[in-house]
Parts: sequence; C-alpha cells; structure tokens
Amino acid sequence: MMRKVISGAIVAAAIALAGNAAAGEKDWGSYQVGDIRSGYTYATAATRGIQDEDIMNPAMLWVDQGEDLWSKVDGEAGKACANCHNVASKTMATVGARYPVFEPSIGKMMNIEQRINQCRVQRMKAKPFKWESAEMLSMTSYVRFQSRGVPMNVTIDGDAKPYFEKGKAFYNQRRGLLDMACAGCHVENAGNMIRANLLSQGQSNGFPTYRLKWQKPGSIHRRFRGCNKQVRAQPYAYGSDEYTNLELFLAWKGRGLPVETPAVRN
Amino acid sequence: MAKNIRPRIRVPKNVAKGKVFEIKTLVSHKMETGQRKNKKTGKIIPRKIINKFVCKYNGETVFSADWHPAVSANPYMSFHTTATESGEIEMIWTDDDGATYLKKAKINVT
Repeated sequence: MMRKVISGAIVAAAIALAGNAAAGEKDWGSYQVGDIRSGYTYATAATRGIQDEDIMNPAMLWVDQGEDLWSKVDGEAGKACANCHNVASKTMATVGARYPVFEPSIGKMMNIEQRINQCRVQRMKAKPFKWESAEMLSMTSYVRFQSRGVPMNVTIDGDAKPYFEKGKAFYNQRRGLLDMACAGCHVENAGNMIRANLLSQGQSNGFPTYRLKWQKPGSIHRRFRGCNKQVRAQPYAYGSDEYTNLELFLAWKGRGLPVETPAVRN
Repeated sequence: MAKNIRPRIRVPKNVAKGKVFEIKTLVSHKMETGQRKNKKTGKIIPRKIINKFVCKYNGETVFSADWHPAVSANPYMSFHTTATESGEIEMIWTDDDGATYLKKAKINVT
C-alpha cells in the first residue's frame, strides 16, 4: 500500500515537472537568441556561478597574465603589443566577435591565435607562441575578454564564403570509427544526454573556455581535437585550415550570442 | 602559469566597525597531487601543492587553512572576518617547495 502511494506521488511530481517545462522555459536573457543557446544555459547552476563572478572565475588568472604580456617587450624589434595597439579595451573591443577573418596575405581564414603569432613573427620579430601554451592562452583570453558581451558577428560572404562552406561541410561530415558528425550531437541531440554528459549546442562564444575537467582554459581547437578523438577520428593539428574554417562556421552558428570569454564549463 | 603566480583577492575598501565582511581569494597553481605518473616514463610526478594559507589582519592571524592534495587547481577560497580597525590585510600562500606568495590589501574601518 505504502509503495503504491509513493509511486503515485512520483507520477504526480513528474507530471508537475513536465507541466512547468511546458508552461515556459527559463528566461536566459542574452544567453539565448531565438533557438540559439549558449553553453551557459546547459551548465549547472554551480558552474554558472563560477563564471558569473570574476573573482571566482579561475580563467581570470589567465586574463591577468595576458594583461601583463600585452605590455611586455619581446623580440628583436623591441616592441610589445601595446606599442602598436595601445589600450586593448579600445583597440580590441570587437575582435573577439569578428574573428576568424579572411586574411589576404595568406589567402585564407585567420583566427586570433594565428593573428597573434603573425604579429609576433612579422612585426615584433619574436618567436611565435606555441598553440596551447600558457602564454598563448593568456593572450587569447585577454584579447577576447575585451569583447565580452559583444554579440558574435563574423563575415561569411565575399572572400570568406568558400571557407565558410568548407567549415559547414566539415560540421555535417560523419567521421571516425563511430561515424558521427558534429551536427549529430550538437544539432540533433542538444539537450540530451550522451552517457553521463549533457550535450549543448556546441557554441564557440566562450572560448578560450576554462573547463573544470582540464583545470585550465583551452582553445577551441583543443575542444575540436577532443571531440574528434571521442568519435575515434584522427584529429587535425592545432591551427589547421580545417579547424579554422570550422571555427568560422561555429562563430556564425552562434551569431548574436554575446562573447563570454572567459567562460567556465564542466 | 605556475612560473608567474599572481593571486587575485577581493577585500571591501570601507567597512563599518564591528561588521562581518567577506574576503575572496583566487590563486593560480597547478596543485600537482603527487599521485599522477608521467605517461612516458612511468615515474611519479612529485607533489607540488600549496599546503598552507594564512590571512593576517594587522599582523594577527584571523584565518588559516591547511590544504591537501584533493584541493583543485587554481583554488578559490572565501571566508569572513570582523572589522575591528583600519589597517592592512595580508594573505600568504605557502608552497611545498617553501616559496610564498603574498598579497596585501588596505581596509578602512569607519
């Protein structure tokens, strides 16, 4: 008898929950634009809390470090970023929302990491940063942090169009031993569980993102490599054209979402 | 990151006397547990964590904590203390190798 009462109560609770969801989903403010939802809206309240408060957000340590690097002279030219770009909060204010962009000198897309290294090699005459090094993560975090809150808005027409199409094709292409495409999880199954993990729409607006699992921030290309490995595919190299094109497509896919760098995810 | 450790703290500038206020701290550190192995050599990576945190208010210890290997990387901590008089709040993180990381803040008690 007791069991029956309990199961009855559970059914009632389940109906109540379903009713709430139907009555109206949580209002995510700027973290949701139409059907486009930031990964923030899939994170747990505890994780969102860490991102919401800068003093709690460990990725801010990298932003701090980037601020130091911004005015640190390096290379034979005897220059620092600040010598040409002055105050980052002004000159870098929309960079995070605009990149990757088409770069005529190399005839393909260029993202923030590649731009930083181009500047370092050509103008500062300094050694390029390694892709996933502390310096590179600090610098990209700092640069993109200047655009925090600016809606993502990349150019996909003109010269960028063929690369956008390539990125889109990559996104929908099944790959690896598991024969899975990006879209299979992040479009068709966003909001569902994949084993113990909740799938998000896989938006790129928060990168470099501090992952609690990594215990440090990581670039979007690191995330791509991780995803590719998980479907048992051979990952591409950091900074490869395939990933930069994909980055362009993802930035467009999340158009209108605010740049969240430095975001925190589980 | 470990080569350049730069703590972040948040202490209110002005507090009323007798009021309990919150201090928030964040420090960059790998917090190597000493239980991981180098995948290539199979050797244990030596432990390197911050093992002690102390907060002094005008020289008097108001809060301290012993940390152990289960504490996450880049540890965040917040705690409360009572505003007694204007002065300096000093925070000290002590590393396994004996290095200390310092951060100070001024507080004005009204």
